[in-house]
Amino acid sequence: MGTPEKSSDSLVIAGKVYRSRLLVGTGKYRDFAETRAAIDASGAQIVTVAIRRVNIGQNANEPNLLDSLPPSQFTILPNTAGCYNAKDAVRTLRLARELLDGRVLVKLEVLADEATLFPNMPETLIAAKELVADGFQVMVYCSDDPIQAKALEEIGCVAVMPLASLIGSGMGILNPWNLEIILDRAKVPVLVDAGIGTASDAAIAMELGCDGVLMNTAIAKAKHPVLMASAMKKAVEAGREAFLAGRMPKKIYQASPSSPTEGKIA
Amino acid sequence: MPVLQINGKPQTVPPDSSVENLIATLNLEGKRFAIELNGEIVPKSRHALTTLNQGDKLEVVIAVGGG
Repeated sequence: MGTPEKSSDSLVIAGKVYRSRLLVGTGKYRDFAETRAAIDASGAQIVTVAIRRVNIGQNANEPNLLDSLPPSQFTILPNTAGCYNAKDAVRTLRLARELLDGRVLVKLEVLADEATLFPNMPETLIAAKELVADGFQVMVYCSDDPIQAKALEEIGCVAVMPLASLIGSGMGILNPWNLEIILDRAKVPVLVDAGIGTASDAAIAMELGCDGVLMNTAIAKAKHPVLMASAMKKAVEAGREAFLAGRMPKKIYQASPSSPTEGKIA
Repeated sequence: MPVLQINGKPQTVPPDSSVENLIATLNLEGKRFAIELNGEIVPKSRHALTTLNQGDKLEVVIAVGGG
């Protein structure tokens, strides 16, 4: 077996190839200029957006997010943030498909609880079924439960995206063991979505073997978002390379010198 | 004149207005948005052909920043 090729290592979602394994959200930035600068620094090709009512009577010249992030340059991934049942989520994504000229790659998230933003898995499964039947390519935010993740894959979701910790919490990878079980069983890409706080969290997710990482707050709410975006790009790449390289076995309580034990002068 | 509910707020439009006319009134021409009329999406191809009536409920949405 040869050394894994960095250059040929890409993320494939629903048959489409992406060089970057870092997906980023577009919320919580100061303005669209900062959003764009951070996304450029992150190298992300897939960016999430929310769908909301237009402010009626707004200034005709008010800037629009998609002017800063043209769908010709980025894969725009509409989400269902703020939806608490399957019906609202499906309705939101049908509007998104119309808004994006028929594009069908979407991020489904059905929330259960305002305090935790934990996924409502029964409603997520219902929405996923309906969306897949309607021709959507569904990337799905889910609990880090291997059984639920498998069920979503069997429904036909194109990627499963378990949370690492609560949305916007920055608490990092709280249950690597569950993620490993999901990774071990999944046949579709597994991306960690939610909970990343800093670069090492992203690297850990990738070292576990995740296919990608989706984050928003970790970049947008860093003191210097553009610099953090650059850090995240490197962390995801480093974590992926470390995973491909295969880490050395851990030797618990047993040191092993790196320098020769022969030929010492004393 | 017909009164509609647009994004949950009442709005009066001239009689026989189409969705396309409304889009012009809302300064949305040439922008990315999607429209739902009484729970059904109105595709772009039908904006000019769809007439608005008293009591119609419209949702007009755009993409905004989000994770």
